[in-house]
Amino acid sequence: MLSIKNLKAEIEGKKILNGLNLEVKAGEVHAIMGPNGAGKSTLSAVLAGRADYEVTEGTVDFDGKDLLELSPEDRAREGVFLAFQYPIEIPGVSNANFLKTAINEKRKYQGLEPMEATDFLKMMREKMELVEMDKSLTSRSLNEGFSGGEKKRNEIFQMAMLEPKLGILDETDSGLDIDALRLVSEGVNKLRNKERSFIVITHYQRLLDYIVPDFVHVLYKGRIVKSGDASLAKELEEKGYDWIKQEVEANS
Amino acid sequence: MSDTQEVDIIDQVVSQEYKYGFTTDIEMDSAPMGLSEDIVRFISAKKNEPEWMLEWRLKAYRYWLTLEEPNWQNFKLAPIDYQKIIYYAAPKEKIKLDSLDQVDPELLKTFEKLGISLTEQKRLTGVAVDAVFDSVSIATTFKDQLAEKGVIFCAISEALHEHPELVKKYIGSVVPYTDNYFSALNAAVFSDGSFVYIPKGVRCPMELSTYFRINAENTGQFERTLIIADDNSYVSYLEGCTAPMRDENQLHAAVVELVAMEKAEIKYSTVQNWYPGDKDGKGGIYNFVTKRGSCEGAHSKISWTQVETGSAITWKYPSCILKGDYSNGEFFSVAVTNNMQQADTGTKMIHIGKNTKSRIVSKGISAGKSHNTYRGLVKVNKKAENARNHTQCDSMLIGSRSGAHTFPYLEISNNTATVEHEASTSKIGEDQIFYCNQRGIGTEEAIGLIVNGFCKEVLNQLPMEFAVEAQKLLAVSLEGSVG
Ligand SMILES: Nc1ncnc2c1ncn2[C@@H]1O[C@H](COP(=O)(O)OP(=O)(O)O)[C@@H](O)[C@H]1O
Ligand SMILES: [Mg+2]
Repeated sequence: MLSIKNLKAEIEGKKILNGLNLEVKAGEVHAIMGPNGAGKSTLSAVLAGRADYEVTEGTVDFDGKDLLELSPEDRAREGVFLAFQYPIEIPGVSNANFLKTAINEKRKYQGLEPMEATDFLKMMREKMELVEMDKSLTSRSLNEGFSGGEKKRNEIFQMAMLEPKLGILDETDSGLDIDALRLVSEGVNKLRNKERSFIVITHYQRLLDYIVPDFVHVLYKGRIVKSGDASLAKELEEKGYDWIKQEVEANS
Repeated sequence: MSDTQEVDIIDQVVSQEYKYGFTTDIEMDSAPMGLSEDIVRFISAKKNEPEWMLEWRLKAYRYWLTLEEPNWQNFKLAPIDYQKIIYYAAPKEKIKLDSLDQVDPELLKTFEKLGISLTEQKRLTGVAVDAVFDSVSIATTFKDQLAEKGVIFCAISEALHEHPELVKKYIGSVVPYTDNYFSALNAAVFSDGSFVYIPKGVRCPMELSTYFRINAENTGQFERTLIIADDNSYVSYLEGCTAPMRDENQLHAAVVELVAMEKAEIKYSTVQNWYPGDKDGKGGIYNFVTKRGSCEGAHSKISWTQVETGSAITWKYPSCILKGDYSNGEFFSVAVTNNMQQADTGTKMIHIGKNTKSRIVSKGISAGKSHNTYRGLVKVNKKAENARNHTQCDSMLIGSRSGAHTFPYLEISNNTATVEHEASTSKIGEDQIFYCNQRGIGTEEAIGLIVNGFCKEVLNQLPMEFAVEAQKLLAVSLEGSVG
């Protein structure tokens, strides 16, 4: 489903990703961990197509398509969803209106008619229940005045509505208290299925107690330097990142 | 987003065609070019006006001759040659227009193209329309149903004959010809416009609407609208306007006067989409309009809502004179400028009565190399006890070459007044655009969405059908201009 080969990317001449490789199969959950500044957000931004980043080498294949060739909106329409570390506010635009526009743009891309209003409302209701989203949040302006937790839950709600093939969660746990963390994680778990894959980016292990990954990778200096199963996350929790850093320095 | 991309996108917007730019080929009856006492007499004679009306026009004309064009505005204006304008142009009437069957089919087609259907079967239900083509009113719909309630809705030239006492009493009572340069000019040469009278205790049963269309070349449009809402009455009125694409600038200098008696309410909405000129600033309408409402009676209310997307230059300040105690004035405005467009708009709220209230919400959006100025005055007179005003002025910039300016003036002569002012300037951020992109929303749609969100408070004031139209207009006039 997603195959990243030797990906190198830079911003303002600064090299951030330095030959990153990652294979994600349908239905798998991959956690990407790493110290601050390792390039985790850069990876998510490059996959989503943010224009500030320049890809200098490597390929990204997404379901047989060259992802790097597509515009950000077409990547989204093909099924790439990024839950932002810092969700953006858009005053005056309701969540519902935003999502209706997004869904209909995707349908247009697929050659489908816009969704009937009644079907849309029904879908909203179902997905709100699924991710336990407060009803009042859908009629309010997009993320405006939302608490940190509400913003993150709203990202998961949007993901539920847009039904992507690949969900990328960038530090969705940051700034959440334990209750909010549980709610968000439960939402994600309900969206897991045989076809849908996830890349869960996090600095801390605790999110992975709730969203149990199939694979854990450590990203350091723009490269994946260690991979393992869920137990690797536990090890990192206990020992921190220093031993990995030392291992990398020793080998280079 | 990089600079080159920004420029690309702005270029795309710029190439957007003005959709109402076609012309109508129709035989016209016009005054000779230029302005003189004879032209004023010519217009008055065409309308078969009573002597007092001609006298008033002549006084206005002579006064205008003593004035100089104002120069305090925050935009550049090339000198206008008033002798190169045609002050009267009307489709040649074959017969007197008693019914729509007698309207020239070319004209009906023109209005159809603009989405304004004047024929019985297709009319928007619930909206009565007066259509003004160049200098004359073509047709007013739903007249009979309105007459049943005693509502008068007709061309002002017709009102001069049918209701001379009302016209004589109120014309120039809110905007005297001595008010300013363009109001003097308008009083001298106005050719038509709408007249509305709502009798005591009547809630006008439908939206009233006037649609203005400039067609003829080198022609100025000088319409005059007069709306009187008697005690305890209510009316909601909407004006819309378009013009063909022409290389030379055309002048539109209208006057609108509103009078609200005790407990009466007038809601006046404008969706202005005159031709803005091309991307280099060639052509386009000069929209220099004087709009003012007088809250004569206690507890009366006047509310202006405007969505200004067109015109090369927009220069207008719809205002409220709050004479009646407890009277209430509102101004909701969206002004969008793109390319080389310039707008200097805002309002004046003059508090005279006790316990008067006013509210101003202004949203300015500038893209391209355009300039957008809010200019507003809140004046509280000595005897206006407990006056209250709240002003909110928000500007949004798209791209890095546009400008937003705010000039709020205060003249407070009574210390019981409460006056609040809030202002903000924002830029459509690449973060917002990218967020939309990441959800599958393209950049064009994203800007439409963000701008409509920014203007929501104002758009919510518009009657439903027009709110939808205005939303589309905003999207069309700005599509893609990212910063
Ligand atoms: N816009 C930018 N300009 C310059 N450097 C940047 C920019 N964005 C990120 N970086 C740098 O790239 C590196 C990786 O950042 P990031 O991907 O956000 O790391 P992480 O998400 O793993 O904490 C950091 O050193 C950061 O300072
Ligand atoms: Mg990060």
